[in-house]
Amino acid sequence: MAEKSLQGKVWQFGDDINTDLIVPARYLNTSDPQELATHCMEDVDPEFTKKIARGDIIVAGKNFGCGSSREHAPLAIKSAGIACVIAKSFARIFFRNAINIGLPILESQDAIEEIVTGNVVKIDLAAGKIYDLTTGKTYRATQFPPFMEQLIAAGGLMEWIKQKKMHNTVDCQ
Amino acid sequence: MTITEKILAAHAGREVVEPGELIEVKLDLLLGNDITAPLAIAEFQKTGAQKVFDPEKVVLIPDHFTPNKDIKSAEQAKILRDFARQQNLHHYYEVGRVGIEHAFLPEQGLVLPGDCVIGADSHTCTYGALGAFSTGVGSTDLAAAMITGETWLKVPATIKVIYYGKLNRWVSSKDLILHLIGDIGVDGALYKTLEFTGETITNLSVDARLTMANMAIEAGAKNGIFPVDEITIEYVQKRAKRNYKVYASDKDAQYYDVREYDVGTLEPQVAFPSLPENVRPVSAASEISLDQVVIGSCTNGRIEDLRIAAEILRGRQVSPNIRLIVIPATQAIYLQALREGLIEIFITAGAAVSTPTCGPCLGGHMGVLAKGERALATTNRNFVGRMGHPESEVYLASPAVAAASAVLGRIASPVELGL
Repeated sequence: MAEKSLQGKVWQFGDDINTDLIVPARYLNTSDPQELATHCMEDVDPEFTKKIARGDIIVAGKNFGCGSSREHAPLAIKSAGIACVIAKSFARIFFRNAINIGLPILESQDAIEEIVTGNVVKIDLAAGKIYDLTTGKTYRATQFPPFMEQLIAAGGLMEWIKQKKMHNTVDCQ
Repeated sequence: MTITEKILAAHAGREVVEPGELIEVKLDLLLGNDITAPLAIAEFQKTGAQKVFDPEKVVLIPDHFTPNKDIKSAEQAKILRDFARQQNLHHYYEVGRVGIEHAFLPEQGLVLPGDCVIGADSHTCTYGALGAFSTGVGSTDLAAAMITGETWLKVPATIKVIYYGKLNRWVSSKDLILHLIGDIGVDGALYKTLEFTGETITNLSVDARLTMANMAIEAGAKNGIFPVDEITIEYVQKRAKRNYKVYASDKDAQYYDVREYDVGTLEPQVAFPSLPENVRPVSAASEISLDQVVIGSCTNGRIEDLRIAAEILRGRQVSPNIRLIVIPATQAIYLQALREGLIEIFITAGAAVSTPTCGPCLGGHMGVLAKGERALATTNRNFVGRMGHPESEVYLASPAVAAASAVLGRIASPVELGL
């Protein structure tokens, strides 16, 4: 299960960050999360993985994760130690993939306009609240539908499937 | 209801569905490739599952880094092969008998009208050209569906796109979809359906429609879909090995948006680096010199694409400064092109002709770009580093523009060759 409270330094990115930027296809001859992590955001900032610390947070604009369906993208972000991605909006396959593998993601319009690289933010995932500890401002993230909350609470899709198969009680609605 | 809503309702066992509803659907076909399936297989095995839900409905296609470019990609492809054998999958195809997944599956009649399909590849939306619902997912979604035969989906709202007007010579379906993406942007249809309609569409072949549905994802769409008509039926009838059902949008179907395009005066379109939405007419791109031209991919590697390219290249030479790479999307297309004399035209013109592979489209192999190099490709994405070095550039266009550009060494319309 994902940790409910996160705190880390922000790395800010722009709009339409695609999956080729998150992990270039030339490295997709492996599925090893640790190896993928070493190339995270390489074509945007070759030094990115050297600069970040475990628990840091990505803040980005609209349509984060657009492009290919590669689950290697959220895997690379998660394995690089990024605790959460906050964006104005997510491309739909990336959105599914992140929830399915248990990478916390949040949608927030206002937070993106004001939180910049270097700020320290604290996130209460359960409450959907983002606290910018540098500026003292608080933001609210868009709430997920109850079904997606179930997936997240279960720790991802495969755990949810296992629970569903075992108990046959989880309803999609 | 729209065609998409009807297909989803039928597969959810419901009379009616509405946009925004979360539903579980039964799947007719699941797809994975040599990049996405190894992760899915690992997740499948982690659950302790023994068998896929139906060995006839799980399709594994080694097409991205095949024929394998290095040891690591060979190991990935071997995971597919071993799993396919162990699970006795009916639809695993080996190098030499395969092709690029989204050209291969329709060609082989594996996807049919009315189907509900997911694939661990974003261009799975291609099959909407046949009046099927199909969408891209990740590896974990594929793994779960391999066990259950189902997946969860949010019913998408639909944007209806109406094209009218007769297309000018050398203007193709690639230009129609690029023009749309240029207008609505790379997230202009995010989470939504693009339903392609109008008199211009009625005259398009299935090959041409596949090109358009293929790029629905480049506008962020969940799926792209076409009405089923006589052209569709003629295409699927000789290929189908099982029953299928034709759905159509009701006259009073509800749309999120309706967009109309008069394309009678449309020029060939070119998407500039580094997003597919940076679209301009080819006449605004004539000063751009090139190093490489690629004709192929799941977007434009079909027989009609090769015929158009060959028509332009016949009796002409590729510019000395250009490397032209032509990649028939499947073995059947390759053989057909050979029989029609197209391959000879390409080779005589000075092109390299490759066995089917996704290869250069995603910077994998068979035409990777060096720093500072510039390519024009009939592929679907021109992101930073897509075809190689992060400081290389990719322009997207139709096979006609690609062939003319290969001859002139710069981005050009066939009209400039006096055609």
